[in-house]
Amino acid sequence: MTTALDTDVRPEDRFISAFEVNHGQALNGTNASIAQQREDAIERFSQLGIPTNDLELWKYTNISKVIDRPYTLPLGPREASVEESDIAPLLVDDMDAHRVVLVNGRVDESLSDIGELPSGVVVSSLAQAGKDHPNLVEEHYGKYADFEDEALTALNTAFVQDGAFVYVPSGTIVEKPIFFLHVTASDEDLFLQPRHLFVVEDGAIARIVEKQYSLTDANTFTNTVGEVFVGEKGNLDHYLIQDEGPSASQVHTRAAQQKEDSVYSTKTVTFSGEVVRNNATIEADGSFCESNLFGLCIGQNEMHVDNHTRMDHVQPDCNSNELYKHVLNDASTAVFNGKVFVSRGSQRIDAYQQNDTIVLTKDAQIYTKPELEIYADDVVCSHGATTGQMDEDAIFYLRSRGLSERRARILMLQAFCEEVLEELAVDPLRDEVTDQIRTRFGGYFD
Amino acid sequence: MPLLEVKNLHVGVEDEDIRILNGVDLTLDTGQLHALMGPNGSGKSTLASVLAGREEYEVLDGEILYDGEDLLELEPEERAEEGIFLAFQYPVELPGVSMTNFLKESVNSVREARGQEELSSAEFLKMMRERADMMGLDADLTKRSVNEGFSGGEKKRNEIFQLAMLEPRLAILDETDSGLDIDALKNVADGVNKLRDDDRGFLVITHYERILRYIEPERVHVMLDGKIAQSGDMELADKLEDEGYEWVREEAAAAAAA
Repeated sequence: MTTALDTDVRPEDRFISAFEVNHGQALNGTNASIAQQREDAIERFSQLGIPTNDLELWKYTNISKVIDRPYTLPLGPREASVEESDIAPLLVDDMDAHRVVLVNGRVDESLSDIGELPSGVVVSSLAQAGKDHPNLVEEHYGKYADFEDEALTALNTAFVQDGAFVYVPSGTIVEKPIFFLHVTASDEDLFLQPRHLFVVEDGAIARIVEKQYSLTDANTFTNTVGEVFVGEKGNLDHYLIQDEGPSASQVHTRAAQQKEDSVYSTKTVTFSGEVVRNNATIEADGSFCESNLFGLCIGQNEMHVDNHTRMDHVQPDCNSNELYKHVLNDASTAVFNGKVFVSRGSQRIDAYQQNDTIVLTKDAQIYTKPELEIYADDVVCSHGATTGQMDEDAIFYLRSRGLSERRARILMLQAFCEEVLEELAVDPLRDEVTDQIRTRFGGYFD
Repeated sequence: MPLLEVKNLHVGVEDEDIRILNGVDLTLDTGQLHALMGPNGSGKSTLASVLAGREEYEVLDGEILYDGEDLLELEPEERAEEGIFLAFQYPVELPGVSMTNFLKESVNSVREARGQEELSSAEFLKMMRERADMMGLDADLTKRSVNEGFSGGEKKRNEIFQLAMLEPRLAILDETDSGLDIDALKNVADGVNKLRDDDRGFLVITHYERILRYIEPERVHVMLDGKIAQSGDMELADKLEDEGYEWVREEAAAAAAA
């Protein structure tokens, strides 16, 4: 089932009427909580509307210009002719992983190779999990990604159909990465809304790698919401590699809650996209949590990448580390807005936040806003932002030791990225990202 | 043919009406070590930067011949390949650039340019260990990012270590002795002495004569207001130590008036 969005009315109304038409049919849902939340979500979406630049949180990113297009809104499964040979180049060399391929937001079993999982671990589509593990979905779905203030989360929640699902039961270690390859493939312009749920229970350890690519030149808009739960003493290392190309836009919301003594790390590398907005939020809802937010954006051409993060410290004795780096070439634009919130009573918080940018051209732009909001009095919090060009003294130093100017510049850009690259703990993934960065930088100075 | 001939060199800063060097003449042969002394702001470091190819300086007049060839035509990396090495007064910290990777690339690029074979990783590591040991550089420093978090003395020693690795024909030391304690000073001087040979020339820029006691230069030059005002042997350095630079200035003024 497919609904073409009516472009004669304002974009909000297109979605609202699509909801009304399909309500109770395509938009049903096997789970009570999913069905229940749809109504509230579409109501909230209609109140909030699509964000405009008047909102502080959307001041530098014009999302409506890429939403206001004649997209098709796919509801229900649809045929997409994606072959093994299409996805083979998108896999990570030498990364032995439990692989799931999602085409247009839906799991494609024929392209997936999950392999053998430890006992009790579930890696599946969200729709399948709703049937097989309704209690788990009920317990976590819609609990971490709040749609009260986020119109696009509300929109996703109203239209949720499918996405990725992971469950790692208490005390279980998943040694290999769980790898979700998200591809879009269509001749039509598509508006997609995948919904993911990742649950890592007490004492469990896992790595989830997500990569996004587009196999089409058609315009796509992907409004992803991923919810993450990490139980006590659990550890989840969570990657997102974004390389969808210049005709793809997206809002990617990743909302995590972690419990006492757990570690959650979100690491995002953005290579391409027309307009990319990432909302990463972590609530450290337990003492002695460690939370990590790392990001790297290699901006080129006209791409616009906006990373909004929110670190909520609502319990004492936690630490959080945040580092986002941008290298901006051509007429690319990056936005960074990181907020660290420390509630009253959350004492002995150690929070670090930093954003560094190298701007290579006059046309490239960065808007950066690190923020702290602190209501406790015994905390160590720091934040900072730097923006600059390449260090010409360093370039001269390297040249004086025999390196060509080109090599010196590539080396310095790579070195700038190194602090984030070394956080990529999955070696084959780090190697791939490093190679891609090196190749891209090489092209800058040819 | 001299290794280095600086002839009537006039240098200013690009886009600004500032003149720093006003007719420098200097000749250096292989097998020699010359000291270049002078008060702050006299133009010593500018000369070093121009020799290494720093681009913000503009050569207004004069020439520099290296092995009889026009040096000013060459890019900084070409000068390194041809055998010029500048030990920086303020070595740059390069976070994220590992010493080992950087030096391997550096050494192999100059070796390639000189028609020598590229070193394998094993050969390179062996050479690095030997030279670090010879120059008194803590081998652990070679495992870190270039100069990152190094003390002042470690940075200077690292410059001499890189000098030993790159085996230049003309080594220019820009105040490598300043800011060192006595052990580090002896260490650097010792490194320089080990590297002196008949095929290599040294130009040692220094503010003080103390390091010269350990390295014994063949010639001592005094720079003043962008010119070489006096040249002599070690006695000149001793006189500067005792009497300062004022008499040089007076003699220069008298010569100009005459």
